[in-house]
Amino acid sequence: MASVTQRARLGVPRAPRARTLPRFLWALPPVAALGLVFLHPLVLLVRQSFTPDEGGPATAAYAEVLAAASFQDALVNTVFIAAGATAGCLALGFALALVVAFVPFPGARALGRFIDIFLAFPSFLITLALLFVYGTTGVANGVWTAATGAASGPLDFLHTPWGVLLAEITYFTPFVMRPLLAAFSQVETGQLEAAASLGARPWRIVRTVILPEALPSLAAGGALVLVMCLNEFGIVLFTGAKDVVTLPVLVYTKAILDGDYTGACVVAVVNIALSVALYAGYRALVARTGRKGGAPRARTQQ
Amino acid sequence: MAAPPETAVGPVAAKTAAGIRFDHVSVAYGDHTVLDGLDLTVEPGEVMALLGPSGSGKTTALRAVAGFVTPVSGRVLIGGRDVTALPPYKRGIGMVVQSYALFPHLRVADNVAFGPKARKVPRAEIEPRVTEALELTGMAGYARRYPRELSGGQQQRVAIARALAIRPGVLLLDEPLSALDAQLRSGMLAELARLHRELPDVSILYVTHDQVEALTLADRIAVMDRARLRDCGTPRELYRAPRTEFTASFVGNANLLPVTAGPGDATVTFGNRELAVRGTEGVAPGAAATLCVRPHLVGLGEGPNALRGRLAELQWRGATHRLYVEVAGHRVMADERELRTAPAVGDEVTLHFAPEDGVLLPAEAGADG
Repeated sequence: MASVTQRARLGVPRAPRARTLPRFLWALPPVAALGLVFLHPLVLLVRQSFTPDEGGPATAAYAEVLAAASFQDALVNTVFIAAGATAGCLALGFALALVVAFVPFPGARALGRFIDIFLAFPSFLITLALLFVYGTTGVANGVWTAATGAASGPLDFLHTPWGVLLAEITYFTPFVMRPLLAAFSQVETGQLEAAASLGARPWRIVRTVILPEALPSLAAGGALVLVMCLNEFGIVLFTGAKDVVTLPVLVYTKAILDGDYTGACVVAVVNIALSVALYAGYRALVARTGRKGGAPRARTQQ
Repeated sequence: MAAPPETAVGPVAAKTAAGIRFDHVSVAYGDHTVLDGLDLTVEPGEVMALLGPSGSGKTTALRAVAGFVTPVSGRVLIGGRDVTALPPYKRGIGMVVQSYALFPHLRVADNVAFGPKARKVPRAEIEPRVTEALELTGMAGYARRYPRELSGGQQQRVAIARALAIRPGVLLLDEPLSALDAQLRSGMLAELARLHRELPDVSILYVTHDQVEALTLADRIAVMDRARLRDCGTPRELYRAPRTEFTASFVGNANLLPVTAGPGDATVTFGNRELAVRGTEGVAPGAAATLCVRPHLVGLGEGPNALRGRLAELQWRGATHRLYVEVAGHRVMADERELRTAPAVGDEVTLHFAPEDGVLLPAEAGADG
């Protein structure tokens, strides 16, 4: 029996029913749920940010927070880490996905499966792994001190923005690879062979055949990683500790440690605005690149 | 499709004609041999069809020329040069596959320009080449379209233009018409024949499982089966005088009847009948052999080599009737021009064929006539 949607697609008239609910009632549960768990807290948060504890103009808290060096450092850190991690994930993810998809080697399928499992790992696991390997008392430094007799090893970067960047790239790269591997599996082998027979070397094939066709998936993976990195909290807290403060960490510090709820709300509002703005900018950039790259993937017509 | 305008064929054609030579080429995947010791030469400017069923090794042979499979033994030569170890992008061959494999994100003109650009052809030379290749294939009016905006036949012509734009000495066509419907296929066959007339220096290796395509286009046909070359010759030779049962049954329809050579010269014994045939060379008197007679050369009614039997089945095929007649425990097919008064199934009928139309083949083990 055809479903309601199928009937609508087929243009089959709906059978008259004696008692039907008005259609708008169907929208009520999701709107109510959205309002309860998302819109209402958002409104409260924005209202709180315009309600200074000490009185004064509504924007007083904004003036104070935005002028603070701690906020400006957090803003710079957030944008730097999110943009850097996204770029790193895109580059590394694309390269690794190319190898997994197109370079025949034993275990390529198993590696593809492992990426699916990796996506389910908690972020702190990666952070802990990096601490074990690259931390000041980690394996790498241990090998160095054992070999040279030095008091400490040369690796001491995990608590810097570079350490956070490394951790986020390590953790989020599979989020770029997954959609890319799906896109690569759709690239027709005949196209790659045709390109090779026409004289294109492997790198040219990647650049002019594979990349344009995988661009929508690459863009989707990049958007996902950008938004996740902008709001990442666990990795920054574990890896950067006190030395790297991003906007989510600043919200936590102000709200939980300092008890400055209004200040926390101000930072949160800025964080949300930044997320939306960067995401919108990214989508606009991708749309422009997509137009330059030509039409979207075509379906062949007989 | 409108006939393409006259074009400057010279520049599109290959600068030097190049033949292909398979020198005992074998390809295997693990223990499984997919091409077994192929020896075959495609002369410069020749159209050679590789004809065979699925799994016969014909596509593997083509891919060995393109460089997408590496032979475990033997050599592939193009224009006299050993290319066995060369990567595909250095071989300078044009290739067209069944699925067209056009680049969906590129317009038609950019698809055709892909090869010249990849081969670092000077920029000023690319556009004229693209225009010439598109004119040659009748696609000049579609340069700004994307592949998805074209029909299957148009996409296939763009794929051919793309292959020709690099001015290959060798063109590989891998089942190029399989994805088209019957009407389009017939039109494209004529197009390919015209293209070859206009590009007489380009050697074409044409892989197909369709005997009509092979018979229509090829100068010679190489018949392949189970990884081996079974027969090779002009279409007329293979059709009129096949050398093996496999060729006889795969190139056109054939009655394959078990006979014994003799007793006289150019005679065979079928059941208890003596039949006159073209010749019995290569078959010893008294030896088991197979008689091949094409159904359209079998007549209904009395005549030489009369075969009496019972009509088991009658099929009307528009212009012809196909009769299946039980003779001495074997079904004999006869194609007759549409019969005004057709016999009924179960009737006793007589078939005949001229002695020069009966070709004697050595019997093959396990073959079923």
